[in-house]
Formats: sequence, C-alpha cells, structure tokens
Amino acid sequence: MLEVENIHKSYEGAPLLQGISFTIHPGETICLLGASGSGKSTLLRIIAGLEEPEMGEIRWKGENLVGTPAHQRNFGLMFQDYALFPHLSVAANVAFGLKMQSIPGSEIRHRVAESLDQVNLSSLSGRRVTDLSGGEQQRVALARTLAPRPRLLMFDEPLGALDRTLREQLMAELRLILHDSGVPAIYVTHDQEEAFALADKILLIHDGKITQQGTPAEVTGHPASAWAARFLGLGNVLDGIVRPDGRVETAAGVLDPACGHGHAAGQSVSLLIRPGSARLGEGQDCLVSRVKDVVFQKEYYRVTLENGVYIHLPMEVTVGQDVRVSFAEVECLPEDK
Amino acid sequence: MTIRFRKTKNQRVSESANQRISEPQSRQIAESLHRRIAESLNRRIADSLNRRIFLWLPASLFLGFLFFYPLARILGLSLNVESFTEGNIRIAFSTLRFTFYQAFLSTLLTLLLGLPAAYLFARFEFRGKSLLRTLTAIPFMLPTVVVAAGFNALLGPRGWLNLALMRWFRLEDPPLLLVGTLGAILMAHVFYNTTIVIRLVGNAQTHLDPRLEQAARCLGASPRRVFWNVTLPLVRPSILAAALLVFLFDFTSFGVILLLGGSQFTTLEVEIYIQALHLLNLPLAALLSLIQLLCTLAFSIIYSRVVVRNVVSAAPRPAQVNLRRAKKFPERIFKAGMTVLLVTFFVFPLIAIPMRSVSRLEAARAERGEVQSGLTAAYYQELFINRQGSIFYIPPIRAVVNSLAYAGLTVVLSLALAFPVAMALKRPGSLERFLDPFLMLPLGASAVTLGLGFIISFGRMLTSPLMVPLAHTLIALPFVIRTLQPALASIPDRLRQAATVLGASPLRAWFAVDWPIVARATLSGAVFAFTVSLGEFGATMLVSRPEFPTIPMAIYRFLSQPGGLNYGQAMAMATILMFLTILSILLIERLRLPGTGEF
Amino acid sequence: MKHFSAFVFCLSLGLAACAPQGPETLTIMTHDSFAISEGVIASFEQANDVDIIFLRGGDAGEMLNKAILSRDAPLADILYGVDNTFLSRALEASIFEPYQSPLLANIPGEFQLDPAYRLLPVDYGDVCINYDKAWFAAHSLPVPASLEDLLEPAYNGLLVVENPSTSSPGLAFLLATIAHFGDPGYLDYWQALRTNGLVVVDGWETAYYTNFSASSGQGSQPMVVSYGSSPAAEVIYAEQPLSEAPTASIIGPDTCFRQIEFAGILAGTSNRSLAEKFIDFILDVQFQEDMPLQMFVYPVNPNAGLPAEFVQFAQIPAQAATVSPDEITANREKWIQAWIDVVVK
Repeated sequence: MLEVENIHKSYEGAPLLQGISFTIHPGETICLLGASGSGKSTLLRIIAGLEEPEMGEIRWKGENLVGTPAHQRNFGLMFQDYALFPHLSVAANVAFGLKMQSIPGSEIRHRVAESLDQVNLSSLSGRRVTDLSGGEQQRVALARTLAPRPRLLMFDEPLGALDRTLREQLMAELRLILHDSGVPAIYVTHDQEEAFALADKILLIHDGKITQQGTPAEVTGHPASAWAARFLGLGNVLDGIVRPDGRVETAAGVLDPACGHGHAAGQSVSLLIRPGSARLGEGQDCLVSRVKDVVFQKEYYRVTLENGVYIHLPMEVTVGQDVRVSFAEVECLPEDK
Repeated sequence: MTIRFRKTKNQRVSESANQRISEPQSRQIAESLHRRIAESLNRRIADSLNRRIFLWLPASLFLGFLFFYPLARILGLSLNVESFTEGNIRIAFSTLRFTFYQAFLSTLLTLLLGLPAAYLFARFEFRGKSLLRTLTAIPFMLPTVVVAAGFNALLGPRGWLNLALMRWFRLEDPPLLLVGTLGAILMAHVFYNTTIVIRLVGNAQTHLDPRLEQAARCLGASPRRVFWNVTLPLVRPSILAAALLVFLFDFTSFGVILLLGGSQFTTLEVEIYIQALHLLNLPLAALLSLIQLLCTLAFSIIYSRVVVRNVVSAAPRPAQVNLRRAKKFPERIFKAGMTVLLVTFFVFPLIAIPMRSVSRLEAARAERGEVQSGLTAAYYQELFINRQGSIFYIPPIRAVVNSLAYAGLTVVLSLALAFPVAMALKRPGSLERFLDPFLMLPLGASAVTLGLGFIISFGRMLTSPLMVPLAHTLIALPFVIRTLQPALASIPDRLRQAATVLGASPLRAWFAVDWPIVARATLSGAVFAFTVSLGEFGATMLVSRPEFPTIPMAIYRFLSQPGGLNYGQAMAMATILMFLTILSILLIERLRLPGTGEF
Repeated sequence: MKHFSAFVFCLSLGLAACAPQGPETLTIMTHDSFAISEGVIASFEQANDVDIIFLRGGDAGEMLNKAILSRDAPLADILYGVDNTFLSRALEASIFEPYQSPLLANIPGEFQLDPAYRLLPVDYGDVCINYDKAWFAAHSLPVPASLEDLLEPAYNGLLVVENPSTSSPGLAFLLATIAHFGDPGYLDYWQALRTNGLVVVDGWETAYYTNFSASSGQGSQPMVVSYGSSPAAEVIYAEQPLSEAPTASIIGPDTCFRQIEFAGILAGTSNRSLAEKFIDFILDVQFQEDMPLQMFVYPVNPNAGLPAEFVQFAQIPAQAATVSPDEITANREKWIQAWIDVVVK
C-alpha cells in the first residue's frame, strides 16, 4: 500500500539517507531497525510529510504524495517524546485529531472514551498531561495517535523511556492493537527485542540504505553482513584472513567456516560464531583458551574467554580454567557493502 | 564466585550507540526517583518553604529598603484629610480615565505591531535580522527629548513626511498635523515598547518544542489550525506578560505625554509631577500616587492569577531548530512586508537624529522651505571643547564611560537579585502567589513621588553615585524577573536529576543542564537592564552629581539652552548614545557563553 | 547573594558617610539651568581652601520642593535658584538662615524682596516673546508691539506658549498678562488668544526646539515665549559666526515678565562661615560678570560689566511686568487652574 522509493536526504551537509526503498502491504507491521543517528526518525518524518526528501517518492496506493501536506495524509505518528500538548487535558489531547476532522462533539466523546479504554486509561481522562507518569503519558500518546483512525501508523521508538516490566507489558498490548486494527504500521527502534516482538518484517538500516529485509527469523538466521550480525548481537563476529587451505585464521584461532563463498587465499572475511553453538571438548572447529568471566543467565552460563570469544554453556566452569571449545557451525558473513 | 561484568569487544561495540545518557534513560531513572521523593513529601514541604524564603530574601530586602520604605514615608507624610476633598477626587478620576484610555489603546497598537514582528524574528532567518531586531530595541533607551526630536524630524510640521507631501501635492500648509495629538502619544508608545513584545513573545516562540506542532500536523491540523490550537495557547502566557508590562509603561508614561502630546493631555504621572513639583500640592499628589499604586497592584494581581496559572512547562528546544529561511510565497510576502514596516517605523525616526547631527542646520533658517544642504562635523568637534569654560562641561568620553559603568552595574545587580526570585517562581507555592504581584510595583509607582520619598528617607546618602545603579535596578528588576521566569520554569527537573545521579554535584548539574537553557533568557534580561539604565528611566527620582555625568544628562543640558550649536551637540550625543546601544546589544547577543552550545 | 545587596548598601553608606580628608566641602544645591565658569569657582576654592560640591535637583520648583522636604536633614549648605514666583513659598517653609551680606549695599533695592535677608538676590532675567526676524520679513508682517497686538487675526496660529503648570517661563508669561490685564481680566485675554490659534505645549524645549521656526527645530510658529537673553544665546551658540541675531524679543509694555533669582543659606548648615563667604562671592563682581555668558541672566550687581553680545543682542524692556511674590503665592494654583479651564479644556 505504501511504496517508498529511493529516498535521499542529507543532514547538515552529510548524506543521511542514500536511497531507501521498501514496500508495506496491507495489515503488515514492519520494523526499521538501525543504530541511533541512522536516519530512522528522519525517514518517518519524510513519510509523514513533515520533511521533504531531496530525491525519491512516497506513494500510497499508487498515488504520489509529494504535493500533499502533512495534515492531509492521515498518517499517524507517535513521537519518541510523546509530544503531548501540555496545555490540554488527557481527553482533549486524544480528541485533537478528531476535532481536526470536524467530527461532531458527541461522537468525539464516544471515540475518545473508546480510545482511552483501548489503552486502559479511562480513569485519567480529565487529568493534565503534565501530571502523568511516563507510562501513562505513553498510553495517552498512543490513544491520541489511534483515535483518528489513520490509514498508516508510525512509531518512533515509543517504548524507549519505560522500565522493563512496563515495556514488556505495553509491547504485548501494542501487538494486540496492531493486529486487531489491521492498519499497516512502521515501527522504528534500535532495540531488537521490540522489533522481534512486533514486526512481521524487519528492515535493517545501515549507512543510509536498507541492507537487509526479512522476517525476524530470516534476519537472525541469515544475517546479510558483519554489521548486521554485530548490531543484532547474534554472536561473536571475528575478522580473519583466508589461508591457502581454505581455513580462516582469526585472532581467536583457526576456524573452518561453512562457507559457500569461495574466497581466495589472503582475502579478509568475517565469521559469525553463535554462542549457543559451543560445546566443551574436541570437535571440528576448536579453540583453546582460558576462562575469563562467567555470568549466570537463568538457562545457561555466559562464559567469556581470554581470546575475546563468549559462549553459552549449560554447566558452570571456573574462572581461570583452561577449556577446549568446539562449535557446531561457524558461519561466514557476506561482505559489508 | 565473583561476578564481574567487564565488557568484551563485542559488547563495547553494541553499547557504543547507547553511551550518552539519552533522555529516555534519564526519564527512567528520574521516575524511580520521583517515586522515592513522593514518599517523603511531607517531610520535604517544610524544608522547601525555608529554601524559598531564602530565595526571596535578596530581592525582598532590596525592594523593601529602596522602594517600600521611602514610598511609605512620603505617602505617610503627604496623605492627609486634605487629599480626599471632592475636587481632588474629581481630578483624580478624570485623570485616571484618560490614563487608562491612552494606555489601553497604546498597548493594543503595540501588540498589533509587536506580535507579527515577534513571529518574524522567532521563525525566520534572514540577512540583517540581528541588526533589525536591535534597532527595535533602541527607542526603549532613548531619552524622550531625543525621541521627540526624531518624531518631529519625521512627522513634524516641517518634517520629511510633510515636506514631501507638500512638494508632491503643492500644498501651502503641512497636511499632517500629528504632533500634539493623541496620535503622536500612541505612536511614540508603540515606538518605545514594541521591543518588549518582540523580546518576551519572541523568546517564548523560539523555544517552543517543534514536535508539538509536528504532532498536530500529523493529527490533521492545517497550518492555521496548528497556530490556533497549539502555538497560540502555548505562547499566550508570554503575550499576556508582555501586554501587562507594556500597559504598565504606558500607564505611567511621563516624558512622552509631556513632550509629544499637547497640553490637554495629562496622565496620572504628569499630574503628580505638576501637583508635587510645580503647584507644591503634596496631598493631591499623594492621592494620585496612591491611586496609581493601587491600579498597578490590581493589574499585577490579575496577571499572577491569569498567567501564572496558565504557564505550561514544556521542555525548551534549541533556537536553531525553529528557524528557517522563508521559502513559500506567503511566507516571503509576510517577511518582506513586516521588514518594510519595521524599517519604516523604527529606522526612519532614528535616522533623523544622526542626520541632524551632521547637517548644517542654521543656514537653512535664512532660506525658508529649502531642504538643508551641507554636512558638518562641527557638532561632534564642539562636544570636546569647553568653549565657555563652564564647570559643568561634560566631556563626552567621561559621559560615555559613566553611562556604561552604571549600565554594567545595573545589569549585574538586577541579575543577582532576579535569579533567586525566578527560581522560587518555578513552582509557585502560596508564598510566591502572595509576593508575585508586588514585584511589578516599582514599574507602576510614580518616579516623582518615589524621588521625594528618597529625599526624606535617605538624606545625604542620596547624593552618592551608587544610588544611580540602585535606582536603575529598581526599574529593571521586574523586567529581568519576568524574562528569566519562563525560562527557568521550563527546565525539566529530570534532566538535572539524571546528571546528579551520574555523579555531578548540584552545581555542576546546574551548569550542565539549567545554564544553557537559562543563558539565553539571561542575555535577554541583561539587555533589558542595560537599556533601562542607559536610558535613565525615572531619573527624576534622583539628585544628580555633575561630577558623574551621563549621556542623557548631557543631552538634556544641551537642549535646555537656545542656539544651533547646542541643538547640534544634543543630536550628536544622542547619535553616540544610539550607536553605543546598538553595539552593546549586538555584542551581548553575539556572546557565546560557555556551554550554551546551540542555545 | 543576599550578602551582595547588603554589601552594596554598606558600601553606599560608607561612601556617603566618608568625608573626604583634606579641605572642607561646601555643598550648593541648584536647579538644572545653573552654570558658571570653572575658573571662577576655582578661584573661590583656592582662596578659601574649600571643595565646592554642586547638587542639581531638577527645575526651580523641584529643587525647592526637595529642599523643603529635607529640611530636617538638609542636603546642602546653600540653595541657589529660588525665583520670585516661589519666593514667598520658600520663605514660608522656614528653611533659610538670614545673612545680611555687606555686598547687599551695592544691589538696587528693587531686587531686595526679602527684608529679613533670608533669600538674597543674585541675578535677574526677563521672560519675553521671541520672534523670528526672517519669517516676519519674508511674510512682510509687522512685528506685534504689545500684548493686545497678539490678538489680531494677522497673527493667528503664530504664537506658541508653555503651560504654566509645567513650565517656569510659561508661568512667567501668564503672570505678565495678569500684571497687565488684572484678575479676572486676564482670562478674557487668554480666551481671545485661544480663539486666535494659540498653540500650547508643556515645556520650553518643545516650544523652542519643536515649534519655534527660528531654532534648529524649524517649527511652524515664528513667536515663542522664551527669555530676553535667548537672541544673544543664538548668536553665541551659532555654528557659523553671525553678525546679527536671528531672533529678537518683543519688549512692549508688560510683554516681558521680570524673573529674579535668589540664593540663601539653608538652616542647619554646619559650614556657616564658608557659606557666608560664598554668598559674598556670588554677589561680587567676578561671579556676577561671569553669569551672563553661562546662564544667560543679568547680574544684580550694577558694577558688573556686561559682555558685548548681551549689549548688542539682548534687550531689556522699559516696562517689565512684575507681580508681588506674596500675591503669587496666594493665587498661584487658582490662576493656573483658571488658565487651564480657559485655554486647555
């Protein structure tokens, strides 16, 4: 429904977005995942119509939105800082979009009540927004964005300010709301947990471009680059040089990746070693090192070795112990473009 | 087993993005802090009251000693049964009516010009912006005689406008007779006070969070509706504050009425002057002063009820975010139109003065109807010569130095006194609500009455040169407080709390968080205090020492005697004063205070 | 921060209280129009080993008011600049100590209005209507010669006067009309003046520098109430040397009002002997001869010579209007209020 094509935008002279293209289908929730400063918020603002791209098009159901000002696009945008109107009460905030649509007063009241109910805030409708806690403000912002029933929803890191429990709770609620409403949504975050929990499709942004698209499983299972692997925290990313015998020499040791890329000897390559694929004892790819640190993580122990690699083991080991670790699979990552 | 958490290279990489403490994280921390604080709230209320009393102390002592005490003494001395005769009361109320009327009209007109101008300066970036904004601030510090001279040069019977009209339409008599009319009074008030609106409202607009307007647009608000529903309500407290200040100034207007209005116009302040100092009728003067005070108090109370209640603390944004060049066509028209209007209204009267300071004026007296020709530097040269050997000759350099020194002292003193009060006003408690209205009183009290109060309260102490900056501070203080107050109120506590939690001492936290936001307001307040002092408001309060001459003193001196040289020198000094002010204001505004960054 | 204002307060107290070591000081309070040569004051200071401090307290009325209010703790030793319109008022307030200066023997009796020597005359001047010579020549109009002439239609809108409630020359001119036409006759005169296009402003600066056509302000009115010495000032303060004064005074019967200025020793002074010496000094020739070019007033001491410009360009009327100070004090408010009702309202 929404087509974003080849968006370019600079910030303070330096290029920020360098050719962003993707499509959103009806009912789909996509997540833009990238580091801070990668231009995610700017992209949202361009889609919303608050900023103009230097190059590229935005199309909704085939119609080019370039000339359409923001207030006519009917795209909801939920800001990172909520941007609640401090001079209005909770109910008035939520009603704002409805007022702009010139909906009669009685129906506004009805819809506001409905929205507040949806986010479990009905009791606070008369309060000033400045008196609310962070979680309450976030819900008001959500209700305000949903109330006018926009045809596209956009979220700019909305859960960033909340503590863990609240965040998980709201993530679950958000998931339900998004799926129930069937409205396509773009969710921007730098937190993969949120991304995996909410998105049907994940888009990784790096260096101003979308470097990988796919479902959460696809993206984590087959990271498209060393950067992606690092950013997603998939495991240890080691740089190494290819030896004449096909194995790769890294700082941690010599490993034999399952790689179909046919690298030439002497080429540099990045390897991904997932901590979960580690086993104590002899095996094909084997590293010998001393244990540096052990942290209990409920279902496993996270063990950091002196050579810098970290692994997950089902049993405890002692710090200072020499261990021999083998890996079920060592993946080879495509080059960062 | 010791659990030590040390970063691996990978962890370091993935955490680098989160290294700076972001707002969301700080809010997180602050929220838990909030909860803990709420638990001990009762215990803290008593502490906070003590702290607030401490904050109010310097300004209260200052005002008490320098304002309330002399005022009480002079009123106590002069107010008696004689004051309240029927005749007096009749005079009082008819004067009050006119005072109100002209102040109201003037304020309205000032807002009419000032609000679009504030919008222009707050939203758009264009060449010459700094200079134009500074020019609108110049009238504020010009002595009224100079403003009158400028207005006359532009609008007088033989001013440029009339001369031009007479030539184009071949008229015998000047068609526009503005001098001496109510129109002249109103125009002069607008001329003087527009800068207050531009500064107060402009400041507020510059620091509006642009995301609020963006959110409104995403919710379907067209630009006009954004303005009505979001921008205006958030800016309204500053508009009210500016309107009240302007009204107070117009209400207590003295020089403008005396010099530009005809004799049929008297306001309370002028009447007090006449009764106290010319007719020596102190009881009536005291009655009028009392009425003026009560009116000021009433306005002040209205202000605190209406504005303070509506102040919304929104986190301020750096100024640059809100500025842009005018792109769309309606914006360009607005920008061009406003610029032309401001230039016409402010530059032309002001230009007349430097021009007169270098024009050969007397030759034209023999040639009627001719425009002066011939430039001369004689007036400037004459400034440095004490032709008559007079003991009261004012060397211009000394006058400049003295004026600047007084102004500097006034700035320091007003800021020192205003800061604690503005901090106390951040979260107004019952103490603040009670004391707030009294802050505005110095602006509304009669300078003449206060001066007489000084005489009987301080005696010989009055002749010390330090009284001058103290008196100037008295007038400047309300301005500076009103300028600092919204900025201080808008600092979100959580940012400072976050800094504190990260190990910053309260002082460092204050410098890191509050100072950048407050710095701009401080500059604005400093500029106000500076111009108030240079323009010597309320100079009639004091007994002046000729050994410490100031520039306005020199100007008045020249204009009190006939002669072309005297007039020319007055214009020359006025020009020096103008340029001095322009330079100082531009310099203060360009100052990049350490740590302000984008602010 | 609270220490700061306390500090400043103490500092100002200290500064004021600290008497300068060395020579004694004598404080003279004057109005803003006071001026005298540095050399003249210096000679007194050297001769008597004293520092003279001047305080300026506004115009004549303001200054007197401040002196009266501070009577219990006088701000100065000598008050200079009480004029005859305020004389009785000043004497009523009992703020002066009598001093019969030996130099009074030289001063003509017409100036010695206080028989008790509390206020002594120092200078005099006339408030007259100045007219613009070039304007009258250009319009071929004869210059009015008397107060009655001003009522003629030919002079409609040509005269600007100051409001007597705010201006000292304005009051002086009003008193001149009262001296000439009597009370209440003067009100009819003013009514007629108003009908004849009289322009009224509040202050001398406005009248002279905005409305008067012959000043640098180049206004519309060729006649203004100013001082008899103003034409001389125009010559002296001309940027390019003038051989003829551009203005002159109308010196018909009662068209000018005689203003006499007085000085007195303030009661409670701690410098009585120095004050007496200073009073003698200002009545003596050196000071008296210096006054004309500094303050544009005439010396009361007939032994004092006049500067050439004064002789040439300033005019002394044959019959200057006078009103007794007691009458002025008694009726001032009434006259001014009646004037306001007739002319302004």
